[in-house]
Amino acid sequence: MQITAFWRNVRFLQALGQVVFVLMLALAAGFLYANVSTNLARQGLTVGYDFLTNPASFDIGESYISYEASNSYGRAILVGLVNTLVVSALGIVLTTFVGVIAGIARLSSNWLISRIAAAYVGVIRNTPLIIQLMFWYFGIILQLPAVKEAVALPGPIFLTRRGLYLPGFEATPAFDAWKIYIWVALASLIVIWLIFRWIQNRYDLPPPLWWYSAYLFLPILILWVGFMLQPEPPLKEMIPELAGLNFRGGLRLTPEFAALLFGLVVYTGSFIAEIVRAGIQAISRGQVEAARSLGLTTAQTLRLIIFPQALRVIIPPMTSQYLNLAKNSSLAIAIGYPDLFSIANTVINQTGAVIEVIVIIMLSYLSMSLFTSLLMNIYNSRVRLVER
Amino acid sequence: MRKTTTLIGVLALASILLAACGGAAPAPTGEPVTIKETVIVTVEVTAEGTGGTEATPVPPPVVAGGERLQAIMDRGTLICGVHGTFQGFGFLDPAGAWTGFDVEFCRAWAAALFNDADAVEFQALSAQDRFTALQSGQVDVLSRNSTWTFTRDGELGLTFGPVTFYDGQAIMARADIVPGPAAGLADLEGANVCVQSGTTTELNLADQFRAAGVSYEPVVFAEQSEAFQAYDEGRCDAITSDRSQLATQGQAVLANFADHVILDLVMSKEPLGPAVAQGDDRLADMVHWVVYGMIQAEELGITSANVDEFLTSEDPVVRRLLGVEGELGSKIGLSNDFIYRTIKLVGNYGEVFERNLAPFGLARGQNDLWTNGGLMYAPPFR
Repeated sequence: MQITAFWRNVRFLQALGQVVFVLMLALAAGFLYANVSTNLARQGLTVGYDFLTNPASFDIGESYISYEASNSYGRAILVGLVNTLVVSALGIVLTTFVGVIAGIARLSSNWLISRIAAAYVGVIRNTPLIIQLMFWYFGIILQLPAVKEAVALPGPIFLTRRGLYLPGFEATPAFDAWKIYIWVALASLIVIWLIFRWIQNRYDLPPPLWWYSAYLFLPILILWVGFMLQPEPPLKEMIPELAGLNFRGGLRLTPEFAALLFGLVVYTGSFIAEIVRAGIQAISRGQVEAARSLGLTTAQTLRLIIFPQALRVIIPPMTSQYLNLAKNSSLAIAIGYPDLFSIANTVINQTGAVIEVIVIIMLSYLSMSLFTSLLMNIYNSRVRLVER
Repeated sequence: MRKTTTLIGVLALASILLAACGGAAPAPTGEPVTIKETVIVTVEVTAEGTGGTEATPVPPPVVAGGERLQAIMDRGTLICGVHGTFQGFGFLDPAGAWTGFDVEFCRAWAAALFNDADAVEFQALSAQDRFTALQSGQVDVLSRNSTWTFTRDGELGLTFGPVTFYDGQAIMARADIVPGPAAGLADLEGANVCVQSGTTTELNLADQFRAAGVSYEPVVFAEQSEAFQAYDEGRCDAITSDRSQLATQGQAVLANFADHVILDLVMSKEPLGPAVAQGDDRLADMVHWVVYGMIQAEELGITSANVDEFLTSEDPVVRRLLGVEGELGSKIGLSNDFIYRTIKLVGNYGEVFERNLAPFGLARGQNDLWTNGGLMYAPPFR
């Protein structure tokens, strides 16, 4: 056996390279840390998270958890985080619909539909998001009529530059007794799913398409029966009405939220459309022709043959678009929506705790993104091709 | 094998680069470092001066807290953090010239330091960046309509200069929703109020409405210009900011200023002034005394037009201020005639006010001299 000198040993050299790399990373990190701490010490500044419990004493325009100016900075940041989560979660769901529809429309044999979809993708994908947000906010939503001249749609729904006012519901004391029907309705969804799966396994064919409407009608039926059985209605309708300077009562979508959600959905949807189109086109023509020759309709071909295969191509890039949407929501600060970044900015300014708050922001976005990728990866591993 | 060699090569290159970057960094404290540098200093000595020229110019010793001032002198320009889009205070006009009340003070300091009012490098800063820029040394002085508060002075590690403008927070509302300038907060029940984030106004707004028990909805924007735009488009019923901002920006930005009313209600004290980083004591001295000199000059009736006539004055107060007599300037590391330079090149406090703020209809009010019932008062120059 030939003995090589250790400096020619590949394994030794590989290990050495890695050790050197780690050392240099550590050195760079150490240099950055030393630099920050020297400069902080020179200014007599200290780093710590004590400020989080101090009263924030600023107000926040919209919040999904209770908040007032006397609450702590920590609570204020939490309000921002929840606001970001709400707009991101809604945005991800809506943009998926918009993107899938636009992606399929792009491939439509109808000339007008495919050209409209192509124009949408072309225009939206190639302009900066911040410009689009400014356009939706200042150019569209704030140009709606003032509160006094609100556009009244049936409902009543009021469209104003102060926001969209919808009728809402408020729980009455009878709501608690009604809760049981909500659970039954939810349970019915699982039962339907189990039945459908059994049919699929038993007959090797999914149930007819119209059967799926059971997902919608059965829960509504259960809730309606429960509503009728209660001595007094568990919900009271809240109608928005003009009081003073603004509408009161009912649900309200603020202009900032509407502009941000709309902007994010439209923007991300254009990217998803291209991903969906690519995914569908990745399926070989033979698959479609085979499905047709078996007598499947266009809708069945799409649902049973194309989509299950296209998903394998679509899911991984789709995940990064979802992450982009969540991260892009930090542009909210430009149009006044109090998201995590906007509120954290205010906190930085009032407390001077730049490093601490930046760390909080980064960790929040990081954990949001990691959680989203985790879910998407689980889903991806379920739809991907099982190799034997 | 080849891969490994490439990897090591890349690593070696990276380490050289890193080492090169590290070389420029300040040495850690406690480690003695010898730096040899040849510096050629050309000192121009003018024979004629405004007084006190017999003494040979001795470079001021670098005292504790004087490093920043020394660095500015070596650099030859003052880096001043200003607003940028605020007409009347700090504005970069379409022709590329910096104008405004806060900007003129930067020029005044440059005049005092270098006898050249244009030896200033302006940096436009946002409300959120301004204090960080000062802490990190990106700018020498901050002159950006910043309110002097306890937290900023203490917790943020800043030293505020003298107040250059006594302001107060006010509310501007649409004329059709309030009875008139005498309206109170109660008239704004349920109102949407536009406000800029990261300002003391944002906090005062919350405090005042909470104290009055009036509900409202804040709409917070990162930039004042966006807040004004949203208010102009009708997103808000009212907008709040410093009175000076409402008056100047209102005229400059709003489609029709006559449709809006600035309420008489004073919501807070907003003493605006320059700031430097804590520890730059000598720089802080300079900033203070140039502003005081400009106030003192107005009190004595010295303007940029007549300052040369005052050089021959017999009044010892005037002679000391202009550096004809005594050595006040050199005590803080400046030339003795630093106030003379400031007045000659920029003007006194009143001139700066008239030039920048009077066109927007702002009256002197509490920013008048103490002798006229205002708050502007300079400590004695002796």
